[in-house]
Amino acid sequence: MKFYRSHVLVAIDDNSLKAGVKEIETQLRIELEKNNLTDEIKVLETGGLSYFGTGVSITILPDQITYLNLKKEDLSEIVREHLLKGRVVSHLILNTTLTNKYNFNYKNRVVLENSGIINPENIEEYLGTGGYEAWEKVLTKMKPTEVVNEVKASGLRGRGGAGFPAGIKWSFTAPLRAKQKYIVVNADEGEPGTFKDRLIMEGDPHKLLEGIMIAAYAVGASKSYIYIRGEYKLCIHRLELAIKQANEYGILGKNIFGSGFDLEIEIKIGAGAYICGEETALIESMEGNRGTPRSKPPFPGVEGAWSKPTVVNNVETIANVPSIIKNGADWYNTIGAKCCRGTKVYTMMGDVKLPGLCEAEMGTSLRTIINEYGGGMREEKSFKAALVGGAAGVFLPNDMLDVKMDFSSLQEYGAVLGSGAILVMNEDADLVEMLWSIIRFFRHESCGKCNPCSNGNTVLFKLIDGIRKGKGKEADLDEMVRISEVMNKTSFCALGQSPYMPIKSAIDNFRIDFLARMK
Amino acid sequence: MYEKIFNKYSPEKENLIYILHDIQDANPQNFISEDAVQKVSEYLKISISHIYGVLTFYSMYSTKPRGKNVIRLCEAPPCFLKGSERILKNLCKILNVKVGGTTSDGLFTVELCACLGICGNAPVMMINEDVYGDLTDEKVEKIITEIKGRA
Repeated sequence: MKFYRSHVLVAIDDNSLKAGVKEIETQLRIELEKNNLTDEIKVLETGGLSYFGTGVSITILPDQITYLNLKKEDLSEIVREHLLKGRVVSHLILNTTLTNKYNFNYKNRVVLENSGIINPENIEEYLGTGGYEAWEKVLTKMKPTEVVNEVKASGLRGRGGAGFPAGIKWSFTAPLRAKQKYIVVNADEGEPGTFKDRLIMEGDPHKLLEGIMIAAYAVGASKSYIYIRGEYKLCIHRLELAIKQANEYGILGKNIFGSGFDLEIEIKIGAGAYICGEETALIESMEGNRGTPRSKPPFPGVEGAWSKPTVVNNVETIANVPSIIKNGADWYNTIGAKCCRGTKVYTMMGDVKLPGLCEAEMGTSLRTIINEYGGGMREEKSFKAALVGGAAGVFLPNDMLDVKMDFSSLQEYGAVLGSGAILVMNEDADLVEMLWSIIRFFRHESCGKCNPCSNGNTVLFKLIDGIRKGKGKEADLDEMVRISEVMNKTSFCALGQSPYMPIKSAIDNFRIDFLARMK
Repeated sequence: MYEKIFNKYSPEKENLIYILHDIQDANPQNFISEDAVQKVSEYLKISISHIYGVLTFYSMYSTKPRGKNVIRLCEAPPCFLKGSERILKNLCKILNVKVGGTTSDGLFTVELCACLGICGNAPVMMINEDVYGDLTDEKVEKIITEIKGRA
């Protein structure tokens, strides 16, 4: 293998493509050529580097220096100064906090270990990081039941929102005798504020595929679908490419590695409906129907897609599996909190200095996530609330900043970890406006199947809209809590059960915001 | 035109969503006509009411003619927090349309949509297949002028 003195990683994602990354990459290659550096320095395309609003960024390894917001004319300076003379071009680095964040953020990664480091469009690079070793181990050395037991022992819990133990889910489906079983990956990421799955798929699609393969082997499924929202064009492109490459390498397809095991992975594209993130609604949509939820039981694990046993897992859950198999459940048990092992990928937005993607151990406090990964509050304003878990999440006030972010600790406070979206709001935020926006969202996305949800959300919206317009009264607040509580108890699926959490937490903790509109 | 799309997919109900996507994309007015629904019904051997049920359920489909460029502005909470309301107001003003309406020159339709998953760059919108983030009023105006120039 050829040795290179330095590697330049060029982050390619939706944002950077928009900002003209391809043109800048060409310019970079021209400059390298000009300075006779092409034999010493290799340019690699990688997934996004987890920063936002930063246009085109490149990282130079082994120096671990990231340059942001690059323009075409900056390249000659970077090549001449940094790559030729070894001097960092300090005015193009945003600030030192960011460099620190880079180092900090890349420690202890599991799911995102390769994102932003390897070229997601080249299977060789994934193989070079030890990729598909777990798949080989499973096929050659483990029985399906051993795989299920290993995942069970790891304590991996579903990352889609509900946190159901993945190994137990698999163990319902594995022993069933059926002509056909399916693994369905839920990539219909629609929870407002959540885009972790998009970045996992864009940054490291082969990790997801490897996880699917292991899951399919464990439960005996010969067919898998990735149900992905139609808007995620780059994900769809990269996954299609990854599937093609895996087929060409014989990692996927018929009689894989001579084991007699067959697996086909297909991509299914959605058409825009939040409800399709609910697993049974997703299955309905896959079958070509309106995406309305089915009654459970029977659970999909027993009777799912086309009435066959179907395991539905979130992208992040599946992306944890290769590392668990490769390093063992004991290793996984050293990471995270007791109730839920491993890491959690968060998308952080709002009034923090460094919004973006981060991966932290389960049980990390909200304060640490905001201050260390998010760089603290923007413009030195004070923290007011964080909406954790997306629209179906909970508003956490100041005195909850030290809560540990894991399923059980949050549950103690009636909160949820949900999808991992964290929307941080500063002192200027108005909870009336936020709650209005959330309820409007639910009203729009209610699928119409059950009464409590479709009517409930309409009534809730009427109440909050009245308060927003200054026509509300204090009794409306209690009425909203009451109605949403009834919806929580009587709705058919999680959608109608969800408004209770943001409503209750907003009104309990920030009643003053609502009263201010009633003068 | 429909034949070409039908040839891509076997006549099974599970392909309905794909077929509808393709038909809509092939229509310069970005919608699915009654005639199209009739043809799909014959091809897949499923009822017209089922197809309309699906068609009107998902937000990406339209049963009414739309502009050449469909603008979908995100109205979910993260974009809302970053001022999507103001962006919408201004967008409707410069195009002189209401939400759901199409400009008189048939170039633009303005729609609202749920979270697009690009919240790091809120507020965001999609115009056909392209995503535009970190929107400001000036930026929106520039984008619109650019597309008008191309037309």
